[in-house]
Amino acid sequence: MLTIKNLHASVDGTPILRGINLEVKAGEVHAIMGPNGSGKSTLASVLAGREEYEVTEGEVIFQGKDLLDMAPEDRAREGVFLAFQYPVEIPGVSSTNFLRTALNQVREYRGQEPLDAVKFLSLMKEKMKLVEIDQKLLSRSLNEGFSGGEKKRNEIFQMAMLEPTLSILDETDSGLDIDALRIVSNGVNQLKSDKNATIVVTHYQRLLDYIVPDYVHVLYKGRIVKSGTKELALELEEKGYDWIKEEVDSAAV
Amino acid sequence: MSKDNQILEEFTSKEYEHGWSVNYEADEAPIGLNEEIIRWISAKKEEPEWLLEWRLKAFRTWKSMNEPEWANVHYPKVDFQKLRYYSAPKQTKKPKSLDEVDPELLAIYERLGISLNEQKRLQGIAVDAVLDSVSVATTFKDTLGKLGIIFCSFSEAVKEHPDLVKKYLGSVVPMTDNYYAALNSAVFSDGSFCYIPKGVRCPMELSTYFRINAANTGQFERTLIVAEEESYVSYLEGCTAPQRDENQLHAAVVEIYAAAHAEVKYSTVQNWFPGDKEGKGGIYNFVTKRGICAGDHSKISWTQVETGSAVTWKYPSCILKGDHSVGEFYSVAVTNNMQQADTGTKMIHIGKNTKSRIVSKGISAGKSQNSYRGQVQVMKRATNARNFSQCDSLLMGDRCGAHTFPYIDIQNPTAKVEHEATTSKIGEDQIFYCNQRGIDTEDAVALIVNGYAKEVLNQLPMEFAVEAQKLLALTLEGSVG
Repeated sequence: MLTIKNLHASVDGTPILRGINLEVKAGEVHAIMGPNGSGKSTLASVLAGREEYEVTEGEVIFQGKDLLDMAPEDRAREGVFLAFQYPVEIPGVSSTNFLRTALNQVREYRGQEPLDAVKFLSLMKEKMKLVEIDQKLLSRSLNEGFSGGEKKRNEIFQMAMLEPTLSILDETDSGLDIDALRIVSNGVNQLKSDKNATIVVTHYQRLLDYIVPDYVHVLYKGRIVKSGTKELALELEEKGYDWIKEEVDSAAV
Repeated sequence: MSKDNQILEEFTSKEYEHGWSVNYEADEAPIGLNEEIIRWISAKKEEPEWLLEWRLKAFRTWKSMNEPEWANVHYPKVDFQKLRYYSAPKQTKKPKSLDEVDPELLAIYERLGISLNEQKRLQGIAVDAVLDSVSVATTFKDTLGKLGIIFCSFSEAVKEHPDLVKKYLGSVVPMTDNYYAALNSAVFSDGSFCYIPKGVRCPMELSTYFRINAANTGQFERTLIVAEEESYVSYLEGCTAPQRDENQLHAAVVEIYAAAHAEVKYSTVQNWFPGDKEGKGGIYNFVTKRGICAGDHSKISWTQVETGSAVTWKYPSCILKGDHSVGEFYSVAVTNNMQQADTGTKMIHIGKNTKSRIVSKGISAGKSQNSYRGQVQVMKRATNARNFSQCDSLLMGDRCGAHTFPYIDIQNPTAKVEHEATTSKIGEDQIFYCNQRGIDTEDAVALIVNGYAKEVLNQLPMEFAVEAQKLLALTLEGSVG
């Protein structure tokens, strides 16, 4: 589904990603872990097409297409979804209105008829249950005055509505208490199928108790320095990142 | 240039879509301004002597006045001797019904998306269409007539209802009020007149569409709305003009009179030609709009969506004379490219327990300058006056400007006046967030801007609100980065 080859990217001339290689197949869950500043969120942003990040080398193929060649909105329409670490507030625009605009633009791109208000609302009702989100919240301005937990739940709700092929969760666990974490993870797990894939970017192992990854990759200084299964995450939880840093840094000398 | 600005740049470079003009045979006054021209206009309109005298008096006063320079706008001075003050499409006789109106003229309005025929009839909106200097057609007159509502062109009102016109003309905006109002009083050619009798709720929206077609012609229309006790009316005004290289002048006067327990809602969607991207051409929109809440418990509400004009100078105001009267002002003013707007309101509290509310949303893009200027005045005997003002500015790019000039003058210690102001920018983050959900940049900006202006758009009648939303998106199209 997704093939990342030797991906290099920089911000304002400072290299952040220095040769990422990753292969994600349908039905898989990959966790990207790593210490602060290792490039985890940058990777998520580059895949979604954020403009400040300049790709200097490498390629990303998503379902046979050159992902880096596409505008951010086209990546979304092709099925790439990013759950933001810091969801943005848009005053005066209700979540419902926002999502309907988004969904119908995605549908138009895929050659589907737009959903009328009735069908849209019934779809919404169905998906709301997944993340136990209240309709009142959705008629409020998008993310404005939402608590941290509400914002993250709203992200997963949007994911449920848009039914992406590849979901990238950028530090979705940050700022969540244990109950919200369970609700959000539940939602993500229910959306999993053998046709879609998930990349979970996280600093802590905690989230991976709920969303169990098939593979765990450790990102350090812009490269994947170690890959393994979920046991790797547990090892990191126990020992921290220092042993990996040492391993990498001594090899580099 | 940062990415933000690039998007803004592209998004705001959309062309004006009503820029076309039509050649029709016109009945015109000679170019220039003097007493002879005023006599000529007055004679053309077969006006009574008192009105001619009124015009001449205004003209003499105007000559002694100076063009105001305090507004935060800069433009080459208008040469009033080079303008034409009257231009009317030639119609062989005064049309009695729409069927008799020249199809060419109706076609002009069709092209603007303003059908004087079926569409409006279905939607139940009565329209008075003003082309250049005269009213072309007024619809629904009979239906309204049965309720005692008078809705007709100003010229017709002068002929048919001279007593009403004489009583109220200049009663809210005196002929000598300001430079442009005096000019308008001297040379106004037509406009709309509306009278709602006591206890009548006007069952449909009344609307006037203004269009300037002829070149080098100023448009000076007058609107007079009188709402008697316990009556209600909602009034809409729309405007467009062809795209011409030279600047055109529009100096209108709107007067509203509300008696006790009457309510008048006045909504404008202004889309005059704003000039091209370099600032060439466009309409100078120097308008005086004022309403008086003369009776107790009366209410006047102004809602405006200002997207056009090269230069706008406009302060729809309320004089709250009656006790418990209410004044409201809701405004969205968008400026793009080289446009300049200095707009706002005045709320003059005279009566006891009077209330006013001001919500102003400015949106600046390109190299435009957008100023809010508002005055809240509480007079000595206005016990318990309340005012709430909110002035927000949204900036798109970093070459535009937003300015706020609030003036507050309180002479009664029981007054409560609140003023809130915010300035924000459309962020790259907001646009990227929309993009990431599959929404393209143009729609993202439209969504964000409409969200920002929602509080004001909500005040507009449904059909107008949809039009205004589209217009906001169009005005800013090509301007985001």
